[in-house]
Amino acid sequence: MSLLNHHPYLEINDVNKQFIVDDQIVPALSAIQLAIQAGEFVSIVGSSGCGKSTLLRIVAGLECDYQGTVTLDGKRIVGPGLDRGIVFQEHRLLPWMTVTENITLGLTESDPERKKQIAQTYIELVGLAGFESAFPNQLSGGMSQRVAIARALVNKPQLLLLDEPFGALDALTKIQLQQEILRIWQSEKTTMMLVTHDIDEAIYLGDRVVVMSKRPGMIKSIIPVNLPRPRNRTSYQFFEIKKAIYREFFHEDEASLEYVI
Amino acid sequence: MSLHLGKGTAPKVRRYPKNNQTFTWQQFILPIVLLIIWQMFFELGLIRSIVLPPPSTVMKTIGELLQNGQLFKHLGFSLIRVLEGFSLAVLFGLTLGIAMGLFRNVYLWLDMLIQVLRPIPPIAWIPLAILWFGIDEMSKIFIIFLGAFFPILINVIEGISQTDHKFVEVAKVLEISRLKFTSKIVLPGALPSIMTGLRVGLGFSWMCVVAAELIAGTEGIGYMIMDARQLAQTDVVLVGMLTIGITGKCFDYMLKALERKLLRWKTTYQGA
Repeated sequence: MSLLNHHPYLEINDVNKQFIVDDQIVPALSAIQLAIQAGEFVSIVGSSGCGKSTLLRIVAGLECDYQGTVTLDGKRIVGPGLDRGIVFQEHRLLPWMTVTENITLGLTESDPERKKQIAQTYIELVGLAGFESAFPNQLSGGMSQRVAIARALVNKPQLLLLDEPFGALDALTKIQLQQEILRIWQSEKTTMMLVTHDIDEAIYLGDRVVVMSKRPGMIKSIIPVNLPRPRNRTSYQFFEIKKAIYREFFHEDEASLEYVI
Repeated sequence: MSLHLGKGTAPKVRRYPKNNQTFTWQQFILPIVLLIIWQMFFELGLIRSIVLPPPSTVMKTIGELLQNGQLFKHLGFSLIRVLEGFSLAVLFGLTLGIAMGLFRNVYLWLDMLIQVLRPIPPIAWIPLAILWFGIDEMSKIFIIFLGAFFPILINVIEGISQTDHKFVEVAKVLEISRLKFTSKIVLPGALPSIMTGLRVGLGFSWMCVVAAELIAGTEGIGYMIMDARQLAQTDVVLVGMLTIGITGKCFDYMLKALERKLLRWKTTYQGA
């Protein structure tokens, strides 16, 4: 694995990306440089429109039109692959499929017995035993997102990309699912890359928090979170890190204010 | 909900909205009231029987036509024609619609032709139909086929084209094969639209059967109506109209039942 030859598992090297909106070039990402080790949990925070989701989509292989290189385990990413799983902000479950069918949709295993077994394992992993044959419209938002997580994990990706996965959930469900994702990270040893606008969430989950600035999206700073897990959101150290991140955003605002005046 | 979902703490499944489609009393009130008013108009001498025979006369005629087997004979012929024409329309409409929906090139090649042919009413095809297929069954089935074919085709294409881009991305990320993508994501997603196409198409089949039976022949509900018109048997005309209406409704009911079965996952808005 990558650890042996001391290369980072995921390497994002000088990535730039533009969108064309109404014949105008809008820079979305600028000079993104980020290396993620195998097994690491990296959070990326930024206000909406900072290009953080675009970065995640590039790693997922859904955006291929960019400058720079992104390598996974030494190989360049040229498109989607089963070595990466992704959970979107909306659960994106197929409404005509049951929980089990949704989870096994992308499963490469062909033996039906084995398939069922794997599905069951992941249904239990995300705590949905008993809901195997439920349809998505019978599930709550949090439950749907659990299914989406199981679907992303079922082919055992080495890298799980989380694109604001809990953004649409209520505060309590959100905290629950954050704990779940931590548990899954610890048991499955999957490398995690989480995009969020929730600073608490970023600190609670990440080994490092990448702070991004707006238009064009640039990495402002990378803040390590050296707190033992499970982390206490109300502890002083947690608050200190939170303050540091807030300061990053605040500086940006202050700077832009000055320009305005 | 607790973090460790044990047996007793499993969140409850939200109930399906029940949309069982049994008949309800509201559906019958308006028709019955109309029948009563209609009969009263006749009793009061406000309308002449030749212009609009009262329900009582129509009922009597239905009885007669049932007794001498005329109604079933004509209905049988029309029914078979509708089924044949509609089946052909389903076969061709689905196949071509799926091909056009899935393959951009097929769509580009055929779309213009179809858009030009579509507005032509089936009835305008009758002269050609007779020249091509003669005055027997084939020409009649062709007219019915035309009526049902386009609504099915258009709705199939429409349904496929509305595949959610978000699901396309899911398929990409999961590296699903083209075949699986089509069968598990595109077609089930297009199914509501396809079912609408089938229902509209079936409705058009019944409309066209009357037109089709204008072509020579001595059987069928359409023929029965035209024949009665020439003999000024308004009551028989009404019986024919009612027969088509009720049979059409029955067919639609069956398709709707099928739709409910196939679209179990879907919740429908049933009005406030």
